[in-house]
Amino acid sequence: MRRLLPLALLAACLWRAPHAAAASPPYFYPFVSPYEATVMELPRWLEVSLPATVPIREFTLRVFPEREIPAVFWYEDGLVCSLAYQDRAAPLIFVVPGTGARYNSAKTLKLQKLLHQAGFHVVALSSPIHMDFVVNAGTGLPGEPWQDAEDLYRVMALAYEAVRRRVEVSSVALVGYSLGGFNAAFVARLDEERRRFNFRRVLIVNPPVDLYGAVSALDDLLVQNIPGGIDAIEPFLRSVLATVGAAAKELGYAELSGEVLYQAYKLLPRKEESLAALIGLVFRMSAGDMMFTADVMNGGGYIVPRNARLTNSTSLTRFAAVAYRTRFVDYFDEYLFPHRQAREPGLTKDGLRRRMSLRSLEAYLRTADKLRLVHNEDDIILAPGEIEYLQSVFAGRARVFPTGGHMGNTFHPDVARAIVEAVTGREP
Amino acid sequence: MGVLPGRTALAVPAVAAVLLLAACSTLPHVGPDTVPPLRTYAEVVTTPGPHLLDVSDPVEGFNRGAYRVNYYLDEYLFLPIVRAYEFVVPDYVENRISSVLDNIGEFNNLTNSLLQLKLKKAGITLSRFVVNSTVGIAGLWDPAADLGLVRQSEDFGQTLGHYGVGSGAYLVLPVLGPSSARDAAGVAADSVAFSFVGPIAWIDDVAVSAAYSGTAAVDRRHRIPFRYRQTGSPFEYELLRMLYPMKRELEIAD
Repeated sequence: MRRLLPLALLAACLWRAPHAAAASPPYFYPFVSPYEATVMELPRWLEVSLPATVPIREFTLRVFPEREIPAVFWYEDGLVCSLAYQDRAAPLIFVVPGTGARYNSAKTLKLQKLLHQAGFHVVALSSPIHMDFVVNAGTGLPGEPWQDAEDLYRVMALAYEAVRRRVEVSSVALVGYSLGGFNAAFVARLDEERRRFNFRRVLIVNPPVDLYGAVSALDDLLVQNIPGGIDAIEPFLRSVLATVGAAAKELGYAELSGEVLYQAYKLLPRKEESLAALIGLVFRMSAGDMMFTADVMNGGGYIVPRNARLTNSTSLTRFAAVAYRTRFVDYFDEYLFPHRQAREPGLTKDGLRRRMSLRSLEAYLRTADKLRLVHNEDDIILAPGEIEYLQSVFAGRARVFPTGGHMGNTFHPDVARAIVEAVTGREP
Repeated sequence: MGVLPGRTALAVPAVAAVLLLAACSTLPHVGPDTVPPLRTYAEVVTTPGPHLLDVSDPVEGFNRGAYRVNYYLDEYLFLPIVRAYEFVVPDYVENRISSVLDNIGEFNNLTNSLLQLKLKKAGITLSRFVVNSTVGIAGLWDPAADLGLVRQSEDFGQTLGHYGVGSGAYLVLPVLGPSSARDAAGVAADSVAFSFVGPIAWIDDVAVSAAYSGTAAVDRRHRIPFRYRQTGSPFEYELLRMLYPMKRELEIAD
């Protein structure tokens, strides 16, 4: 059987050759609704093929060795990152994941495989608003883009030192998706001054334009689609869980899978609204996780009392109840803005809001030849007009797909190819 | 001859460790200089409860201790073993092992279906056991599923729930994880029944029992996708405590 394999491969190549020569088929994406696209897994046959495993090493960074980790985060012990390595000299690429995602989240791992397959050493980091990052590597309240970029830059420099002992690096690139794309744009700009990496290429995938606006819109999905908002979430969650259970039973599966979730979705009453509400809920929860963590790390006063000690057995239930009832706009108004103002007298709310936008980087984004953008016209984190804005700023350096929602089509073969072409520079 | 499942045997020292930890208070340590936060519970949570996160947890100190012990056991004992198992054993063989263990486990599904007088379920389970033990060669494969006979999971906790026994206090069992007073009693009853009259007891051989317990423990962890810290949330304990009763209610209703 093994010996037949090369033969089969050869046959496959011959068979494919005429197709490869013809114009590639138009982009086909199965989900028309951007909410569906955002949540549902692509069917297998429509996904780019990725290696089952790639050689990966995890490593732990102690960014501030002197920092005392609060006892309430008893499980935190350094910032873990992962390296997918090549056996020879190769370019290295950093991956900055989206809102609250960890270095080993499903999407980050897939992106790591895709880029490894394209020939990179791939270092996956955690999002600067993931609790691991906030506890081990954050230096203030997350959300101010330059400070988040500084924190990321520090981590990247340490990670680079750590991996260089193991692998030979020929050049450095950077990719970020979603909030990570937003972060990556600021890191790229920072690197123009610091010159630590001299990124060969920087790719931002599905970033928000105006962070405050995007985040408020996500938050509204929850409030607008569940009458009563978070306080009325219980019956909603119960019905969703029951539906997922029914779908799993119908399909005869014991475990959750994309198929089960899709089946459940088809059974849900008020499908679209339910999906939108779930997206809003997931977002609200990761924001709440970040706010609580950041509050503890900054001495408390917002959600936890100041000068109180939380231990490894302190009940956090009431803090969770408060954190999950705190919108990002509350955090911005009541905590982030006053915190920044104390550091920068004269800063206005409007000024901070304007800074938290890719528009504040426009001059750089327009001219930096190394930057690339991959995005979707129907991304739910963009406001009307923003995709046109990005297209005008990035012009020939943008690849914009008509559908795909927020990150729903990342591993569609066409999008995956666009990503690889953008970071390798092997563009058509 | 009784078969104590491997994980239950480990529970004894783990309970001792938890009891040592459980003495801690679950309230924040405060002093005279403690200042209340800007957003207090009283001001923010204005609708009447109980809320989704408010699951009755009278032994929270113990539970959080058990949660912590389980985290370390998982990190430094179970997961390394499972990783080695997954590295050495091919996926195909892993699945055959899971299948054999599931077939042996039909014993508890059968007794509990009968106890709940769910005769259709009992019939399906019995047919599954017969078909899979013979055509499926000692349960290595699951041909019954291809005949439309899908596995009917039932345990004694579900049986108690079926007869209206409330879940009781939330309980984190050392080694075994999230549970409740009712379900913990169920786990105990199921494992006692299994040890004395279940399929492994029919063989009555210490080596077989030990091999079964060890394999079942590894297989069980291998098949549970949950990983600590996967939620990325500082409230992971609360989130599990919220989801566990919901999941059980659905299982009981089925």
